[in-house]
Amino acid sequence: MKILVAVKRAIDYNVKARPKSDGSGVELANVKMSMNPFDEIAVEEAIRLQEAGKAGEIVVVSIGSSACQETLRTAMAMGADRGVLVETDDEVQPLAVAKLLKAVVDREQPGLVIVGKQAIDDDSNQTGQMLAGLLGWAQGTFAAKVDVGSDSIEVKREVDGGLQILSLRLPAVVTADLRLNEPRYVKLPNIMKAKKKPLDTLKPAELGVDITPRLKLLKAAEPAGRAGGVKVADVQELVAKLRNEAKVI
Amino acid sequence: MGALVIAEHNNASLNVATLNAVAAAAKLGPVDILVAGHQCGAVASAAAAVSGVGKVLVADAPHYANLLAENVAPLVVGLAAQYSHLLAAATTNGKNIMPRVAALLDVAQLSDIIGVVSEDTFVRPIYAGNVLATVQTVDAIKCITVRTTAFDPVAASGGSAAVEAIAPGPDAGLSSFKGDELTKSERPELAAAKIVVSGGRGVGSSENFALIEQLADKLGAAVGASRAAVDAGYVPNDYQVGQTGKVVAPTLYVAVGISGAIQHLAGMKDSKVIVAINKDEEAPIFQVADYGLVGDLFKEVPALVAELSK
Repeated sequence: MKILVAVKRAIDYNVKARPKSDGSGVELANVKMSMNPFDEIAVEEAIRLQEAGKAGEIVVVSIGSSACQETLRTAMAMGADRGVLVETDDEVQPLAVAKLLKAVVDREQPGLVIVGKQAIDDDSNQTGQMLAGLLGWAQGTFAAKVDVGSDSIEVKREVDGGLQILSLRLPAVVTADLRLNEPRYVKLPNIMKAKKKPLDTLKPAELGVDITPRLKLLKAAEPAGRAGGVKVADVQELVAKLRNEAKVI
Repeated sequence: MGALVIAEHNNASLNVATLNAVAAAAKLGPVDILVAGHQCGAVASAAAAVSGVGKVLVADAPHYANLLAENVAPLVVGLAAQYSHLLAAATTNGKNIMPRVAALLDVAQLSDIIGVVSEDTFVRPIYAGNVLATVQTVDAIKCITVRTTAFDPVAASGGSAAVEAIAPGPDAGLSSFKGDELTKSERPELAAAKIVVSGGRGVGSSENFALIEQLADKLGAAVGASRAAVDAGYVPNDYQVGQTGKVVAPTLYVAVGISGAIQHLAGMKDSKVIVAINKDEEAPIFQVADYGLVGDLFKEVPALVAELSK
């Protein structure tokens, strides 16, 4: 079974984003970029399934500027076999991403698609569900554990209040949550090897997809700051303040 | 045209998150509620009593019992032509179903809104809440998930909506429910609690989390955790407060042994009063805390429990 994994180049996890001074967007000039952490988990899960003999080829797909090649190479250094870049310098919103991925799925015919549950830049949490909807496939979102069978996959999902277990007919889309696995560190020899792995580039137009944005950003602003408070000396003072000043207990 | 809110429920009772979603919907026009479930009459009655609701649509069938997205999304799509806005609370359920609805309708989704500017323009946090985006959609039908903490719930009673049974759609046959493992707790639900006590990596182990629980029980609070504590395996993931977990805004939030990473602050900085207990006085959590106590949590937390008992 071929697995397709989508990876997004996003702001690095440790960088604090700020709006541009004119409010027209988010300041990304000279900001460190990395693979979206949830997508790293998605790649890792595909590799583990391959190592367990439950998956064949792993194809990674990224959508965006030519800089996304770097993200694809990272995924291939982790262990993915082949990369596909859908190259565009235009803004691509989740619905358009889902349509482009559907077009790639139609070409590649994978048995399973794994994506991160959410990208840490726009925090949309939409792409996997949209892709599943467009394909008419089952969706296993927020996966904490997957168990691949011959024609179905069991997904343990992180839900409010605990875990839910679903059985999905294959092919299906799974979105990776935090506890699915811990991604491996990339070793230097594998980075060298990844450079030789195939990477194809496609354009949205070749895939017949209109990526015109539906959402327009009118303003990007910094949230109202929270004024730091006071330090208390001990628990007695803390309890007194909570009872008499804040009146919250 | 009006708004349709997808009810969040367990077939027995209506989840309060629905009331927050109705509050957001009410800013957009008349509000109907959809209850898709199985043997969910009690939920329909509760929805009909919600203040300001016009109509409650009930689709009752076995394959809606677990709100599987593959079955619920087409049902919502079938109703969409009658509405300008489709809303759900940004719970794991709402987040699971709504994007599938949006894709089937070929419209964009606005996730996790915290403000309604006009019928087509909304405010939503991006980049872990470090930026607030004001976003306008061009689509005729607006699919929206609502950050519950940003909208005060409407009253659960006082309404007298008509309840209308609608024909269920077919079982898509793509997915089936196998079971769940829900956290059993006598404590209040994390997302709705008035007081939350959270522990971080500083707590050190799963066993030590008992300290956090003792303090929570003393305060009648829910227990939360930072991502670091979840990553370290101290507590289950559904305890997680933050960008990738739950967003909470209780009256009192007590952060114990939590440094205050960006992604954690995103999930709790709208709390009314924040208390931080941490041995590192440089920890970023102190920058948002109303009351900071610098000290060893293993000494301070038991002392705090003792002081609260006085």
